[in-house]
Amino acid sequence: MKGMSTIVKTIANIGFPIITIYGLYVIAHGHLTPGGGFQGGAIVASGLALLAVAHGTSWVESKVKEHDLSMLESLGALGFIGLAFLGLLMGGAFFSNFLVDTSMLFGAIPVDGAANINTGGTLPLMNFAVGLKVIAGLFAIVLVMAIATNKEED
Amino acid sequence: MNIVDMLLTHAPALTIAIPLLGAFLTPLISRVSEKGRNIFAIIIVGITALFVFLMASEILANGPMTYVFGSTAATVQQSTVIRILFEVDALSIFMAIIGIILSFVAVVYSYAFMEKNTGLDKYYTLLLLMTTGMLGMMLTGDMFNFFVFLEITSIASAALVAFWTNKAKAVEAGFKYIVISTIGALFVLFAIALLYGQYDALNMAKIAQSLGISGFTFIDKIALVLFIAALAMKGGLAPMHMWLPDAYGQAPASISLLLIGATQASLYGLFRIVFTVYGEVISLPAISIGWILVLLGLITMLIGVIMAIIQTDFKRLIGYGAVAELGYMALAVGTGLTIVANADPNITLQTAPFAMKAITGGLFHVINDALDIGLLFLVAGAVYYATKETSLNKLGGLARNMKYTTIFFIIGLLAVSGLPPFNGFASKLLIYESTYQLNPILSIVAILSSILLLAIFVKVLHSVFLGPALPKYETVREVPKSMLLAMAVIAGIIIVFGLFPQVIVTNLVEPAANALVNNSGYLQWLTGGF
Repeated sequence: MKGMSTIVKTIANIGFPIITIYGLYVIAHGHLTPGGGFQGGAIVASGLALLAVAHGTSWVESKVKEHDLSMLESLGALGFIGLAFLGLLMGGAFFSNFLVDTSMLFGAIPVDGAANINTGGTLPLMNFAVGLKVIAGLFAIVLVMAIATNKEED
Repeated sequence: MNIVDMLLTHAPALTIAIPLLGAFLTPLISRVSEKGRNIFAIIIVGITALFVFLMASEILANGPMTYVFGSTAATVQQSTVIRILFEVDALSIFMAIIGIILSFVAVVYSYAFMEKNTGLDKYYTLLLLMTTGMLGMMLTGDMFNFFVFLEITSIASAALVAFWTNKAKAVEAGFKYIVISTIGALFVLFAIALLYGQYDALNMAKIAQSLGISGFTFIDKIALVLFIAALAMKGGLAPMHMWLPDAYGQAPASISLLLIGATQASLYGLFRIVFTVYGEVISLPAISIGWILVLLGLITMLIGVIMAIIQTDFKRLIGYGAVAELGYMALAVGTGLTIVANADPNITLQTAPFAMKAITGGLFHVINDALDIGLLFLVAGAVYYATKETSLNKLGGLARNMKYTTIFFIIGLLAVSGLPPFNGFASKLLIYESTYQLNPILSIVAILSSILLLAIFVKVLHSVFLGPALPKYETVREVPKSMLLAMAVIAGIIIVFGLFPQVIVTNLVEPAANALVNNSGYLQWLTGGF
């Protein structure tokens, strides 16, 4: 896929940071508002796909490699299951929420009616892990498909 | 609490968690060393096997185990059970033992069999994910969790069926498999939603209890039909078996082996839902679920063997043989179910002792089928590895160069057609004896299918291994040792089971059959607590 016109590229460049920040917001507030790791990750990945469409796959290929993405994806999944194992070690059961009701990050107990981001225990952390996995995974899929169509055109 | 006790307490969760962790570590280890990754996968499945056997010894001695995710105890509030539970009884662990044996053999076999392929980090990741899904389906005590693991298994196995993407037929088989699986899974999801809407519960034991209180409403009947249709489809019962020979035939041989486990996990789900979840109401009048299963089993056996006769592709032929074997399980368990689910108070398990025998035979046949058909698939894979050919018309005279593979094929052939002293004989005899007492025609069809299976596989033996040496296969060598080892493990188990069937039946199969028929053990934790 070749890059598109300067107008499209400029608009994509303006849109990309906004989309990314919105996606990251959805991931970070996964335990408070609708959405979460998967939904936010899909939003960020769609922003990346926009860049890939506007600038062309060869431009993207020079910046990121597909196997780096699959490594990031594995890291996301490992983070998720690692947290579950930590629950086993520290909380006494697999997936146990050992951070809640402690003074650590995200450890506070939520107060009724007030959306406090510093709550939820391991849930936000698991959302981050899922978000990382979905961003890397979906973008890798888009990239691989774009490269495959690219080869057919040549 | 010492370390063994602690591991035992967490064994149900670790059985799922360890292959899952291994699956995601595989791509990272793959970067360091290719060989290390293959050995790592073997070690991961080995550790999982240890946990399965640890649980088995505990459950057979002390009854069902429950494990609550995320907390040390489940919260039961009014009518709802909060948190996901794993509930492992003798039946679950029996299935898990089958699954882990298949998985272990598959991963050992892959070491040499898949060596020359690229993209193996994805292969091993998917293989471990498939193991996770399969074991999860067998161990879970939660309806929605069952659906999730069903999906994990489907997606991982569809990708693995189409692993050789350069072959158009493999891609077609994979596509067919994912379409069928998705339709099946949606049916299951819809049925779960129907039950959830009525009883506000996803826990299997809780739903079973609520069903017992509410009776058998119209919606429950719809849900039951959806479950049976979808899981019979995923379990490869005729007339919904069309995906099975394609998928089994086109997948790499090690994956065909694991697919057997995945198919049987769906059959397990079918039995679990009919006997346990609907256990309280299944004997209400006007239901003949047992006869439906018997009928499905008969059709499956006949279609399987008749279609196998005309096949010219080695693996596709074994695929149809596998369909026929699945029919035996449905037939036997269905025969038991006609007695268990009977409204007539004069016909019970006590007055009709053959019902228990039929269920025992059917469950024993689950493990025997996995081993026999599995061994045949591994042999077909070995022949493909050595000659790059699966067409029966082109193969011939391989016994001269591949003597061990030939011996393994003969063992598999005799076992699958139910000849003594192999394991197939033990379970098929139980099935013949018990189904005869329900209706003689059932056992006549079953014996006929076995005879046809023998005829089919003798034909294969002749056209692949016997006959004159073909010039183009002069340079064929015996397959690598790790593949022989994988086949030898299965052949060894087949012979041990065939020589001492009574040991296996009393220690493993009968507890499983009792757990299936008697659902009060499964529901015990609800009333008795932990």
